[in-house]
Amino acid sequence: MKPYAYARAGSVEEAAELYAAHPGARYLGGGTNLVDLMKLGVEEPAALVDVSRLPLDTVDELPDGSLRIGATVRNSDLAAHPTVRDRYPALSQAVLAGASGQLRNAATTGGNLLQRTRCPYFQDTDEPCNKRAPGSGCGARDGVHRDHAVLGHSPQCIATHPSDMAVALAALDADVELYGADGPRIVPVAEFHRLPGDHPEQDTVIRPGELITGVLLPAAGAGLPSLYRKARDRASYAFALASVAAVIGVEGGVVRHAGIAFGGLAHRPWRARQAEQALLGAAPTTAAFERAADLELAAAEPLRDNAYKIRLARNLAVDVLERLVPPAAT
Amino acid sequence: MADTGTTLGAPAERREGRDKVTGSARYAAEQTDAGRVHAWPVVAGIAHGTVRAVHTGAALALPGVLTVLSHDNAPRLAPADDATLAVLQSPRVPHRGWIVALVVAETLEEARAGAAAVRVDYDAVPHDVTLTDDHPDAYTPEQANGGSPAHREQGDPEAAFADAEVRVDTHYRVPPLHNHPMEPHAATARWDGGRLVAHDSSQGATTVRTVLASLFRLAEDDVTVISEHVGGGFGSKGTPRPPVVLAAMAARETGRPVTVALPRRFMAALVGHRAPTLHRFRLGATADGTLTSSLHEVTTHTSRIKEFVEQAAVPSRVMYAAPHRLSSHQVVPLDVPSPSWMRAPGEAPGMYAVESAMDELAVEAGLDPVELRVTNEPDTEPDSGKPFSSRHLVECLREGARRFDWARRDPRPRSRAEGPLLVGTGVAAATYPVMINPAQATAHGTPDGRFVVRINATDIGTGARTVLAQIAAHTLGVPLDRVHVDMGDSDLPPAPLAGGSSGTASWGWAVHDACTRLAARLAGHTGPLPDDGLRTHADTTGSADADSPYARHAFGAHFAEVTVDTVSGEVRVRRLLGVYAAGRILNARTARSQFIGGMTMGLGMALTEGSTMDGASGAFVESDLAAYHVPAHADVPDIEAHWIDEEDPHLNPMGSKGIGEIGIVGTAAAIGNAVHHATGVRYRELPLSPDKVLTGLTGLTPPIPTPTG
Repeated sequence: MKPYAYARAGSVEEAAELYAAHPGARYLGGGTNLVDLMKLGVEEPAALVDVSRLPLDTVDELPDGSLRIGATVRNSDLAAHPTVRDRYPALSQAVLAGASGQLRNAATTGGNLLQRTRCPYFQDTDEPCNKRAPGSGCGARDGVHRDHAVLGHSPQCIATHPSDMAVALAALDADVELYGADGPRIVPVAEFHRLPGDHPEQDTVIRPGELITGVLLPAAGAGLPSLYRKARDRASYAFALASVAAVIGVEGGVVRHAGIAFGGLAHRPWRARQAEQALLGAAPTTAAFERAADLELAAAEPLRDNAYKIRLARNLAVDVLERLVPPAAT
Repeated sequence: MADTGTTLGAPAERREGRDKVTGSARYAAEQTDAGRVHAWPVVAGIAHGTVRAVHTGAALALPGVLTVLSHDNAPRLAPADDATLAVLQSPRVPHRGWIVALVVAETLEEARAGAAAVRVDYDAVPHDVTLTDDHPDAYTPEQANGGSPAHREQGDPEAAFADAEVRVDTHYRVPPLHNHPMEPHAATARWDGGRLVAHDSSQGATTVRTVLASLFRLAEDDVTVISEHVGGGFGSKGTPRPPVVLAAMAARETGRPVTVALPRRFMAALVGHRAPTLHRFRLGATADGTLTSSLHEVTTHTSRIKEFVEQAAVPSRVMYAAPHRLSSHQVVPLDVPSPSWMRAPGEAPGMYAVESAMDELAVEAGLDPVELRVTNEPDTEPDSGKPFSSRHLVECLREGARRFDWARRDPRPRSRAEGPLLVGTGVAAATYPVMINPAQATAHGTPDGRFVVRINATDIGTGARTVLAQIAAHTLGVPLDRVHVDMGDSDLPPAPLAGGSSGTASWGWAVHDACTRLAARLAGHTGPLPDDGLRTHADTTGSADADSPYARHAFGAHFAEVTVDTVSGEVRVRRLLGVYAAGRILNARTARSQFIGGMTMGLGMALTEGSTMDGASGAFVESDLAAYHVPAHADVPDIEAHWIDEEDPHLNPMGSKGIGEIGIVGTAAAIGNAVHHATGVRYRELPLSPDKVLTGLTGLTPPIPTPTG
């Protein structure tokens, strides 16, 4: 680890100022990923601007019925929050499906969204990786890639985004609140993370110095049945081989609201727009769920050793949708 | 032995438990000697070739950096029997991750920064890290690990197989596995004049002392190695490892105490692994399941610098009666890190194959897998013809079946479903040899009625310190709290390492003998003891290592119940039950921990653990505990270990067999057999991760591994 400056911010505005004053700075939340990457030499910030104690640690109901989650709310607190559990169960489930109890106690909402891929080639500075060292190549494409992307990858990068929480937020139509030099702005979670394309070094659309201040969960969809399901190598503390978050509203025997997102398949939480479109207005039958999942996954381009993910994601999606709409309700 | 009625077999608590959980137990990297500095290795970024140049200028210019050692300037060591210890002695790079330089600095952070600043130029040549069973470089070694002959053949196994009424002809694959003990390998060394003192995270400080004395051309009396507390090893600390050699080297060069603590990500290449094994297994039997032929052929890899042959075909020589038998090993030297011991080398991967093949035979012949094993119970050890000192495998199977309610099992594959979950049960036998090595110990009785036992045993987390105190107290006929045990220091009477499930038997025998002598002297003593008490010494050379006319092994049976999720391919264990016949159990608490610890590691071998070699880089890609999946608590919901009372007079004075490894043996097969029972699909490559299981369930590609590749 190289020496670095450290400053703790007392307010969002001060955080932005400290960041601007320290070239090469990084914001520090719970540190559960950034500090690991510093130890590995993947991240070498000149300064850490500690934002973990900003007064953004509450979950607040807004007048329009939406829910605002502060950026420094710890993952454990988010998952346990009664309103979250009641209105957005998939979000609580997704957070609890991630990491370990100890990590969730430390990790923040903002930091969870900004965590980096766990691709082993990204984490090993002796390996080629276009995300870590643009232009150096991709060790995973012809290497060990059972865990890697099947959707939206590029010749430069086949990494997946590791967050469980972000998958649920994408399905729930959540927005990310950002604060930067140009003031605050809002970006939908489903558009916050990028596909790798020719710039895999950019995980998200965040601008230099911008800080996540919160996440907004819309009133629409609140209280609808939602579920998160994750398949993994062990029962706890493993990243998703594939996962799915879904929220669905059925009225009069047809689907009126559908939010579906996949995790573990792509460089970002994969909002399944085509599947959603196929379901809207349709009767919620198993056959319809299968057609919708197949439609979405038709674009998959598996690599040598990860074609299983397509079947896995399809199974998970159909299973979750069936559970959300039991046969009796169809 | 005098019988106090309470000490031997009692569930005594670990003596150092409080020190460990409160953090006051000091490990090798925590020796804060005055002036102690730190070193960080630089490891090779190529898999095969030579170092052309090590550029150290930038590192040496950094604050705090004291020196950079490489093959250019490192002290010359005497030739090493173990080539993995010839660190910084030549420019040759035999595998990715080999140590090519060492940066010594005032602080850990400065050493790490220095290592990042070292630039190494290589002349790389093409490498080959891919094991196949038709590899052109494969050869049959003279011996496999442990000194077993590589090849054994009796009768005419090929012809008997061809003539058999029921046949199983199959392949299994076990991937490379890593020990990954909780405490990474670490050492702190200092020189006191011409004496070398090293704290090393080791399973046997006496061996480390011998090797250091040889490498640094010292008398053994001029070397002290201390391994007071060790945070696990699972075999990877059974041989001396590079950190202690590097620390001694760096301490000599700098004149300062030096700590070398391997980061987790360097361990996969530097401290051994269980070599991958490719098994071809053929069983021939009569229609009633009586084995007529058994052929077990193993192909494995080793490095270019060290021949280590995982003896995975050896358990076939112990388990079942078959008149015609073949068991053989071939090995392929590759540009890979050197494999070594990992908990139950040979038995763990070998019994996965044996016990999976037996299950396949049971299915093929339409027989109950428990009864098939009972049918083939041998009268004498199949390979050697020796009588068993004791063998209660059948009793373990019967007791396990009773506790597991095996009789209610519907034997038909895929006969039980709970919604999307398929449920199955499986059984497998376990075995592990009895190994005993000579040791020395002293016993000291003091006038205040206390006793001190001294022996260089090592407690790697097993409870050895506690059980040796129990053996001493039992032998002396005194309460346990009167006995103190000094161990983990090579200045103590020499003793063998904690490995091969031999520690308690080997050390305990010497402790027993020393205490027996002391008890006799105390009994013959009249009046108060002299001020410095009475001392006795014992050396079990000649008795502990005497050839036995008996085949001596522990046996056991594992039963598993699993669910297989047809949606996700996830396999989860619901119940895991082990029943063991391992002689006399000396501490019920720590023995249970050993058994269930081994079973948990076997669960990992079955479902979650595996290391993957990147063909292009020659590196194992799993370099931390987030990527190398040992089971989490949530993976082990219901686990039980039981044992039967076994009296065996042919072992040692305590009547015990080793218990550190048998728990991992056969567990993977029991789980794999349960997965077959649940699904009707026979998976033959570990681990049974969701990608493989789902692929097999949906019939996308054949789940059977190809013989090569």
